[in-house]
Amino acid sequence: MTTPGQVAAPALRRFADNLRATPRRLRETMFRTGRPDTDRGRSTFVFGNVFLHLHPARVHRWSLRPTFTMGLGIFTLTAFLVATVTGILLMVYYKPSTALAYDSIKDIHFVVPTGRFIRNIHRWSANLMVVGVLLHMGRVFYTGAYRAPREFNWVVGMALLAITLGLSFTGYLLPWDQLAYWAVTIGANIAQSPREVTDALGITAWFDAGGFQKELLLGSDQVGQEALIRFYLLHVMVLPLALVMLLAVHFWRVRKDGGLVRPVDAEARLGPIPAGTYPVFTEAPQKTWSLAALVKGKTPAVGRGPEGTLPSMPHLMYAEMAVFMLACLACVVLSLLSDAPLKELANPAVPENPAKAPWYFLGLQELVSFSAFTGGIGIPTIVLLGLGLIPFLDREEQGTGLWFGGPGGGRLVALSAAFGLAAVVGIEAFAIRFGWIREWWLAAPQLLITAVNPGTVLTAAYGAWSLWAVRRYQSTRAGALALFTCFIVGFVVLTIIGVHFRGPNWQFYWVPSEWPGH
Amino acid sequence: MTSMPSADAVERSRLDPEPMRRRDFLGLAALWAALGTLLFATLGSLKLVKPGVLPSPSKKFRVTLPESLGPGDPFIAPGRPVVLVRDAAGVYAVSRVCTHLGCIVQPSLSGFDCPCHGSKFAADGAVIKGPAPKPLKWLAVTSLGGGTFVVDEGENVPAGTRVKA
Repeated sequence: MTTPGQVAAPALRRFADNLRATPRRLRETMFRTGRPDTDRGRSTFVFGNVFLHLHPARVHRWSLRPTFTMGLGIFTLTAFLVATVTGILLMVYYKPSTALAYDSIKDIHFVVPTGRFIRNIHRWSANLMVVGVLLHMGRVFYTGAYRAPREFNWVVGMALLAITLGLSFTGYLLPWDQLAYWAVTIGANIAQSPREVTDALGITAWFDAGGFQKELLLGSDQVGQEALIRFYLLHVMVLPLALVMLLAVHFWRVRKDGGLVRPVDAEARLGPIPAGTYPVFTEAPQKTWSLAALVKGKTPAVGRGPEGTLPSMPHLMYAEMAVFMLACLACVVLSLLSDAPLKELANPAVPENPAKAPWYFLGLQELVSFSAFTGGIGIPTIVLLGLGLIPFLDREEQGTGLWFGGPGGGRLVALSAAFGLAAVVGIEAFAIRFGWIREWWLAAPQLLITAVNPGTVLTAAYGAWSLWAVRRYQSTRAGALALFTCFIVGFVVLTIIGVHFRGPNWQFYWVPSEWPGH
Repeated sequence: MTSMPSADAVERSRLDPEPMRRRDFLGLAALWAALGTLLFATLGSLKLVKPGVLPSPSKKFRVTLPESLGPGDPFIAPGRPVVLVRDAAGVYAVSRVCTHLGCIVQPSLSGFDCPCHGSKFAADGAVIKGPAPKPLKWLAVTSLGGGTFVVDEGENVPAGTRVKA
């Protein structure tokens, strides 16, 4: 305690000193640690920051190899972040009403400063996000990263794939142009397509799952104001929120499931840390502990340095930053090269011809052109279920953490790709050249066509090939490799046919310049 | 949530289980009550999302056939996905909404073609080429006299039903 007389002057000085020190103190309280130039500093840099603490303090060199992950997860996340930021900017001007939507997009495109650029970035980041999700799924599959203890995260990934496609599809309607209107009309009628089966069975009057789905989606029996506001709500609120929540689970599980997958002998495969690597752990701990009862993963051996690992700051952070910048660059460059399309105002009386959905749905549209229910609901459900079940059906361990690891390996994948290609091209060529059951037998029962069409024949061929692989290599992993490869090839080929080779009235044309004038 | 096995649990048979403790019972009852409430609340909120009244425009409209319309020629009702035909037996209306995925079919030499997935229909709506699963719908027509008709897109009639002008 001091007397008031003594304190007066020093208190004022203290106040001035505090004021002067405020910027420094603010920085110190915000970032509790100093520069990350010691082992300890690098570690606290990561786990002392709420945005970074999902990262490990140390990361294995296997996970850092660019050829292993190719940065596809961060790439996809970046595309999502870019789409979120540009989406919020577009919401400033966009008006979700059938009378105003088209004009507001036109304003954004032609009047709003930087509007066209932002819209282009939004469209390209959405496309890159879909590409990223698919490639990331391929990486995780081919490196066997879905295996124990990561099975559940694979399932979460499936949900994220579905939400990503949902986000794209709901965004497709918002410009309210011809492309939007007819793609969503087709989409909504795919939701209604269980009627193809219930009608054939004559039970639609009692059990109309298709009609219910369509009504729920459109809020009406045709695409109109109700549909627009519902799609808008899904696009800007419901799906992004669901995506963010599942993303949090997805990332958290990556850590809790023991980080990225790597082979058991990763250290032997990598060899010693190269001489030029900086920084490495200078003071390798003599002991390591882990909460064996609480945290999954193998306990590091006590008395051994954490070989093969490097500090996340800077190795992982800089790698992630590089992917982040690359993804942003890709969005910007593509946006400068190519404008987002805007067709004529939606006209419910005259369909766009050909009416094409976004490119990643054109493979489905190709299947739908044989049977609405099989192509639009049956086969997608089988594929999603099949993908989700992979980690529970293949529980082997051989080849985990290696590209195309497992019995058969790269050779089986190449063989399957060749088989998948031959099957899909053969069946498509047959259907395009000779037609299908309805053309040979007009009165054919619809259920027969729903059950037997190029889509189901292709699915059956792929299933048979996969069973052959299981028997040939006596391995469920071989079966999974065969099936997954076939489906990827089938998806790509059907998509290319839908995008490039289908013209007006969904007829086959070698090049778009052969399309009849319109 | 289950109680620890007591000393005499070992001698009891599977069919004669130890009585559940009151605390466990109340806890489980509360849990299931909460889950049940959540389930019913979710189902209940679906009722809001499913529209009670469809806000689409009126399905009934009036159309006048031009005198010059030849027998058997298709007449597209302006702004409506409907085609009207007058022949010797009378007048009929066929919906132009494709039964495959809801695109609007366009008149062609053979009848109607769908631009979306290549379905083809005969002039009377019968399927000539897939993937459409069903023929085009015939719609209810009422004559008001003087070449004017009321078509109801919401009411289907059996194929072949015609109305006298």
